[in-house]
Amino acid sequence: MTDKQRITIKGVKDGLIFLFDDQCELSELMEELQFKLEKSHQQLLSGPLVHVHVRLGARSLEEEDKERIRSLIRQKGNLLVQSIESEAAAEEGDAAGMQAFKLMTGMIRSGQTVEHDGSLLLLGDVNPGGTVRCTGDIYVLGALRGMAHAGCEGREEAIIAASLLRPTQLRIGDVISRPPEEWMSGDASMEYAYLEDGRMQIDKMNQLARMRKETMLFKGV
Amino acid sequence: MGEAIVITSGKGGVGKTTTSANLGTALALLGKKVAMVDTDIGLRNLDVVMGLENRIIYDLVDVAEGRCRLQQALVKDKRFEELYMLPAAQTKDKSDVTPEQVKDIVLELKREYDYVIIDCPAGIEQGFRNAVAGADRAIVVTTPENAAVRDADRVIGLLEGSKVPAKLVVNRIRPAMVKNGEMLDIDEICQVLAVDLLGIVPDDERVIKAANSGEPTVMDPSSRAAIAYRNIARRILGDMVPLMQLEERPGRLRRLVKFLGMG
Repeated sequence: MTDKQRITIKGVKDGLIFLFDDQCELSELMEELQFKLEKSHQQLLSGPLVHVHVRLGARSLEEEDKERIRSLIRQKGNLLVQSIESEAAAEEGDAAGMQAFKLMTGMIRSGQTVEHDGSLLLLGDVNPGGTVRCTGDIYVLGALRGMAHAGCEGREEAIIAASLLRPTQLRIGDVISRPPEEWMSGDASMEYAYLEDGRMQIDKMNQLARMRKETMLFKGV
Repeated sequence: MGEAIVITSGKGGVGKTTTSANLGTALALLGKKVAMVDTDIGLRNLDVVMGLENRIIYDLVDVAEGRCRLQQALVKDKRFEELYMLPAAQTKDKSDVTPEQVKDIVLELKREYDYVIIDCPAGIEQGFRNAVAGADRAIVVTTPENAAVRDADRVIGLLEGSKVPAKLVVNRIRPAMVKNGEMLDIDEICQVLAVDLLGIVPDDERVIKAANSGEPTVMDPSSRAAIAYRNIARRILGDMVPLMQLEERPGRLRRLVKFLGMG
């Protein structure tokens, strides 16, 4: 066994995540996977039924290689492969998201709804009773007084930014938030809403770069 | 060819009918030929506010269905020679006329009159669509309450959809409450609605009294609301009239008390 680990096993709420190194040879990975499953992590990996998510990092695999990984893990009766994800694919998806960036000019008044698949930049206000719903981010160059739902198909990294953030309600992914009094900071600086540990947070726009950069750094763990 | 202006609000009870009656009368006062049309079928009020209820013979639905000519249905005002009103039917329903029928009637009136003032029912359903059908522009009435502003916003959105330019009248302002921050102020309302402000009307008890006696408020020049409505009418004609100062000047006794340093 080499000193450097190529597979990291993490426990999460709904099971285990297998993080695969994306630099080494596939054969080395398979060897280590077999070793871990049968030898070193024997105790950890036995017991009740556990869901497994495999993260391949930047590596993209053919379907038959994925099937090999699946069958290897399945040998342990209690492990159930839920997903095999590759960031290469996710990045393609992100690129598609960027293409679906839409620029819109106008006011969303009470009773009016704007829906968009992707991110939206709105030049104008959203009034109380108006709704903006996007699968990506929402940026409002104007006052957001109505309801905004970013990442409406579950993208929890989505943000909602507005020149004047005074919403009746904000939603990101499945999290719904009603602005408490302290949101009304009063100073006229641009703010954005984001999710942190499943809770909605508000911050000044200049903090966004910091937040986004961190997520970049975490890529390819 | 005259101009058709619809008075609308979305929310009920903010003063559409009062505004219609007063603007119609104020325009007549300024020497214009005016026809007022009540499109609130089933809940007609304009005739009551104008004090013309007992002169109605035919109504809007009769004209639409061809039971009478338009001229026969128009009720002449008791104060002005060139002010007429087309009443709504009281027994029928909003769905008994179509937007096309109202449009035709308004078009016919526009040939004859300088201004056609259309009193719109509350709501955004069939009645609203009927009233807006023939209008060239709209006056959206709101009061300084969140609910009314919300509905005004909805209505402005719908008007934009049907390409009717809208201007705003803020009705029933209580200067003292605005000053204490208990009531939305005009700037706040305009910021949210983002349309041109046509005028502001202070709350005035005499408006209620006048409406009950079938005498439009504009006829009484001592009322502040009357002056406000006259100003709006002049702005409709294109005059530049500054917005009314809401701060009431303190009475003589008050000023004396203040002068003596006791206030």
